[in-house]
Parts: sequence; structure tokens; C-alpha cells
Amino acid sequence: MQKLVKDGVIIENQWHIMPKPEADQSAEVPAGPTIVPLGVWLEQQDALQQRDDIGVWLDSDELAEQIGAQANKLPLIAVNFPGFMDGRAFSIARLLRERFGFTGELRAIGDFMRDQLCYLSRCGVNAFQFASDDVDLEQAKKSLDDFTEFYQAGVDQPLPLFRRRTA
Amino acid sequence: MYIYDEYDHAILKQRVAQFRDQTERYLEGSLSEQQFLPLRLQNGLYVQRLAPMLRINVPYGMLNTTQLRRLARIARDYDKGYCHVSTRQNIQYNWPALEQVPDILHELAEVEMHGTQSSGNCIRNITSDQFAGIAPDEIVDPRPYCEIIRQWSSFHPEFAFLPRKFKIAISGSESDRAAIAVHDIGLQLVKNDAGEIGFKVLVGGGLGRTPVIGSVIREFLPEAHILTYLEAILRVYNLHGRRDNKYKARIKILVRAMKPEVFAEEVEKEWAHLKDAPSTLRAEDITRAKGFFTEPAYEALDDSAAQTQLDNEKADNIAFSKWLERNVRAHRVPGYAAVTLSLKPTGIAPGDITDTQLETIAELADQYSFSEVRTTHEQNIVLADVKKSELFALWQAAKSAGFATPNIGTLTDIICCPGGDFCSLANAKSIPIAEAIQRQFSDLDYVYDLGELDLNISGCMNACGHHHVGHIGVLGVDKKGEEFYQVMLGGNAGNNASLAKVLGPAFDAEQMPAVVQNVVNVYLENRTEEELFIDTYNRIGISPFKERVYAKAS
Ligand code: HEM
Ligand code: SF4
Repeated sequence: MQKLVKDGVIIENQWHIMPKPEADQSAEVPAGPTIVPLGVWLEQQDALQQRDDIGVWLDSDELAEQIGAQANKLPLIAVNFPGFMDGRAFSIARLLRERFGFTGELRAIGDFMRDQLCYLSRCGVNAFQFASDDVDLEQAKKSLDDFTEFYQAGVDQPLPLFRRRTA
Repeated sequence: MYIYDEYDHAILKQRVAQFRDQTERYLEGSLSEQQFLPLRLQNGLYVQRLAPMLRINVPYGMLNTTQLRRLARIARDYDKGYCHVSTRQNIQYNWPALEQVPDILHELAEVEMHGTQSSGNCIRNITSDQFAGIAPDEIVDPRPYCEIIRQWSSFHPEFAFLPRKFKIAISGSESDRAAIAVHDIGLQLVKNDAGEIGFKVLVGGGLGRTPVIGSVIREFLPEAHILTYLEAILRVYNLHGRRDNKYKARIKILVRAMKPEVFAEEVEKEWAHLKDAPSTLRAEDITRAKGFFTEPAYEALDDSAAQTQLDNEKADNIAFSKWLERNVRAHRVPGYAAVTLSLKPTGIAPGDITDTQLETIAELADQYSFSEVRTTHEQNIVLADVKKSELFALWQAAKSAGFATPNIGTLTDIICCPGGDFCSLANAKSIPIAEAIQRQFSDLDYVYDLGELDLNISGCMNACGHHHVGHIGVLGVDKKGEEFYQVMLGGNAGNNASLAKVLGPAFDAEQMPAVVQNVVNVYLENRTEEELFIDTYNRIGISPFKERVYAKAS
């Protein structure tokens, strides 16, 4: 079973990521813990709300507002990186945490890279599932601590440095 | 000047360690070329035609002499003995070896310098007015705000992978010397009727292949809210800026597509959530920042006595009086003046400076100007606080060191990008064109008589040489593998910012000095007593220039 980094610890992945259905495909959500695409969740919300093993993943062109106040009914939300240069997930994650008060697991999926872990975690992401199995997770999770002090406010530290400096 | 405390040092040390590790992983093969690319760019490292290029930030242009000497040492130890002052007030090395870049960054960190976010799709070095704090027309000193924004933007976790690079400039004076209208965000410090300080906010300006003058989206933003408001702008851009086409990814394209009014509404909506968050500046936060930019120990001087002495020295020495006229500016404090050292003698790539020259400038600054200098976006260096009574001595020293060419603001004070000699993106060389034009106009009296005239050259449409905002702009173009030059007229980077118009078909390199000469001749024949080039151009339009230039050429 694939592993991932969650809250700084390497654990087994329990969740299956459901891909976006093709236009002519049925969007049947399988049994077991499943992270469904936003579109599927929006369409089947009534049925899926009966289950407690459904998470939702947002692609980078989707918005945190599309889950909005419903966020806290979900145990897990994932933000997808179609490529590591696409930095929209950083803002999406932050909005889910800071605007919509999401407290569940916020997972990065797709083509992000190790060197983004520190900033992602400052934006509220607490789980990291690399697309490739080749990534050495022991090594990768070191990047969570690339920085231990920061100038700006973040999800992890709501006070900017200038407020703490003069305190 | 801002001085690092233990927090700043700790953060920068972690950055240097992070990049050392990334470089090692890249060299051993566990970090791919593609993944290393944004990481090295965000540490200032480009790879270009002949060697890597390393860009070092000079925050809002301020350097002390310890830093200057360190830059000199790095030029000597890691490069070919020189570096380059860029059009964004930064320093660039052209020949560092990749393996040594972490060591260079370590040496820089010791003197509170770095290349962080000097390239890449992130918030770049904040630029400002080289005469900040001393200009007689200053409304509010922009430097404390530059520093507050520098800290906010450094290692910002949310905005390190923007659609494209992002540049912010701040002006605090009536006359805009920071070109704020051609930045992604331009901030003009203003005071309202109640005397409160705030910002006029412009977005969506820029040069490059789609030059645009920025739009005002807020007339008055109280100073306390600057960080949350910037955060709102950046978030709207990060989420909605185009990522499918890198030529359409700058914020100017988004602002234009949405319409500035609609963009402004989106920002206000986002800001409504962020306003009054802990990142709002309290009075004591602003006071603390201002505490770093206090006045140096100015002496109480008798301005009129100093002026009389100067007038006498001037009368005896025409060359000195020309230099005073062009390279020396008024200072807010009686008895002092600001001096621009020209890095544009003919025959040297504009902005290039050697290790020993850097050290000479450090000596001059130690002796005459409180051990500080400023870099300018016109690629020169300013000694900001010189006693008028010492100007003559400084002039002599600067002259023997080769920095006293009295051409500041004139036709031969050319802004020029590295072009085809160094840059892999170039369509054409730019440095030899600058040199040929400088040779054509080698008669200083003549150039001096032409008055203020900006000539800007870029080697391709990326516009690193700001050709769109030159009174005369020159753009290198490629036609079937041969280098040609398009000439444009009427650009302006200052308060009445405007974009230059293309004159007509392009020229080859040999024609360029004559073409510029023709343009200048039309000005000379048409100008009235008090008109500068740009005024005459604005009055008579482009046609007379076109007729002259192409009549001769064909
Ligand atoms: C030699 C290596 C260089 C490369 C490969 C390079 C590349 C680029 C590129 C691709 C752009 C266009 C970005 C865009 O419009 O979105 C650009 C813009 C710019 N470059 Fe360079 N550049 C180089 C050197 C320089 C130097 C030496 C300077 C300063 C003298 C400079 C100053 C600028 C400025 C000010 C812009 C911004 C124009 C704007 O506002 O859009 N560049 N550069
Ligand atoms: S304008 Fe073009 S040629 Fe000149 S430095 Fe920029 S990218 Fe290179």
C-alpha cells in the first residue's frame, strides 16, 4: 500500500483517489474510503453525504468557495497539483483553513515536489501524497522544516513576525 | 539603513542551507533539471548563453560600504572581476560556477544580502527612488514601507509559485523616479486632507512584449492596511491569472481582461475578509520601521557660504560646472547635495563595474557620504549625502576613477540590457549599439546642450532595457537570422508615463548612429528655447521624425 506523510509522520494511505470521469463515463463512486472529484461530489452530494468515508479533491482551476461552508462535514479535502509550477493550491488550501474553517485532513496530491512542503504546510496542508512511489519519504519530510521562523502570518502562525518582535 | 536582527539572520541562514542542499541534490541527480529550475531562479540563478548569471538583490537600492566591498571580493574570487548594475537596482554576476553559488550566497548572507526571489515567478525585489529620504520633493520617505513589504514578501508561503514574476515599486515623492506605472503593482505614497499617510495603488503596468501603463484601483489606502491589501491583490492574481500561456500570465493581462474596475471590485471583496487581520500595521510597527531610516549625522552647514564657494569653483572650471549641472542634485538638507557617479563612460557596457571600481566607490562613500550608496534603475550609483564644500574634491577623485562623465540623464546615459553578447533570449546584440551611439555623440558639449534625453535599448521584446519608456527606444529584432533594430519615440517612465511609438521599418546595426543623429537633428531644428526632446516630440508628433529618417535611408 502506498505511503504518505501526515502530520510529519509516514503512514499507510487508506484513501483511494477517484479520477475525474470522462464525459461519457458513469461517475459511480466505489465502496471504501474515496476522495472524489469536486464535480462528482457536487452532483451526488445528497447520496454521498450519507457516507463518512468520502473526501473531495479540488483541481487547481476549482475554488475553495465551491465547497465553502460544507467543508467541515468532510473528513478529508485534497488539493491537486497538475504540475508543481501551478501554485493555486497554496491559496486554495489557505482559504479552506482560514475562510471556511476546515479542520480535517488537508492533503496535497499530484505533481508537487518535496521542496514545496514547508510552504504548503504553512498554508494549512498537513498530508502529502506524492504522485510517484520513487520519492524517499524519510528524506522528503525533512523539507517540512526548511524554515522554522517566518516573516508573515500563516495558517500555522497567525501573527506576523513584526507583531512578535515588538511584543 | 535596515539592520538585520537575529530573526533576519536566522531566516537567511536557513535559506542558504536549503539552497545548498537543493544544489547538492541536483548535482547528484536526485533533483531533476525541471524541478531545480524554479528553485535556483528563486535564489537568483539564471542559466544563460555563456554561463550562469546570478542576480543579487539590493533592496530598494541601498548598500553600505561593507556590502560594496563584499560584492567586489565576490567579483574577484568567483567571477571575472566585474559585475553589472541592473535596471531594477540589483547587482548581477555573469560568470559564477553553479557549484560555487551556495558559497557566494553564504558570503552575501554575512553582509545581510541575498539573491532570494530575484528571479522566478514570485514577488521580486521591491524597488524605489534612489533619492529617497533626501529629495526636496519628497512627501513621505518610502524606505520604511519598502522594508515592511520586503519582509512580508520574502519567503511568502502562498505566493512563491505565481503565474508569473511580480514586481512592486514604491515612490514617495512628487516626481516619480521609480517608474511605478510600469510595475505589476505601483504604490505612490500620499497624504490625505487630514494629513494621514496612505497609498495610491496602481496595478497591471509592465513592459515586456505587451507594454501597459498601470491602472489606479484605489486612490487612498491608509498605510495600516498595506499588507492585507497587497495580500488580496496577490491572491486574486494567484487564483485567476492565466497559466496556460506564459506570455499572457502577467497580472496586466488579467487586469485588462477583467477590466480594471472589475479587478478592483474583486480585490475589495477579497480584502473585506483580510482587513484588520493581525497583519494590519500598528502605529508602533511603522515607527519601528522608520527607526531604521533616520537621518545620518548631518552637520549644521552654512548653505550660502558653501554655494558661494561652489560658484567660484564653477567659474574657474567649465568641466566641473558641467558635472555639477548634470550629475549633482539638490538635497533637502542645507549644505548637502546628492551626486550620481556615472557607470556609462563610452566603451563600457552600461552598468558594468569592476571589483576595484567598487572598492574605489566604497572609499569615496566612506570619505564623503556616510558610508552608504544607492544603485539606480538607470544603472548608475548615487552618493546621497555629500557636503557641497567637498564636491570639488569628490569630483576630482571621481574623475580620476572614471565615474565623472557628466552625462546623467543625457543621450549617452543609455539604459541597455546585456543583449546578444550574454543573453540566450536575445534577438540582437545591444551593448555594441549603445557603444556606437555613444561614439557618435562623443562631443560632451553637444550632448549637454541636448539636455535630458533617455535612450533605452533592449535586445528582444522582453524589454529588460525598458525600450518602451525611453524617449528614444531601440529594440533588437531578428529577421531571417540577421540582427535588426526597431526605433521608437516618445516613451516616458516618469509622472506622465507613456509608451513609445514605433517609427517604422527596422535598421541594421551600421545605420543606427546615423538614425539617432537624424532624430536628434529634427529635435534641434524644431525645439523652442525651453523644450526638452520629449516636449518637442509631444508637440510636433512622430511624422517629422519619420520623414527625415526614412528620406535619408531610402
Ligand atoms: C541575461 C539574462 C537575462 C535573461 C535571460 C532575462 C530574461 C527576461 C525575460 C524573459 C523577461 C520578460 C518577462 C516578462 O515580460 O514577463 C525579462 C524582463 C525584464 N528584465 Fe530581464 N533578463 C536578463 C537580464 C536582465 C538584465 C541584466 C536586466 C537589467 C539590466 C534585466 C531587467 C529586466 C527587467 C526590468 C524586466 C521587466 C520588464 C517588465 O517589466 O516586463 N534583465 N527578462
Ligand atoms: S531584453 Fe531580451 S536580450 Fe535583453 S536581457 Fe532581456 S531577455 Fe535578454
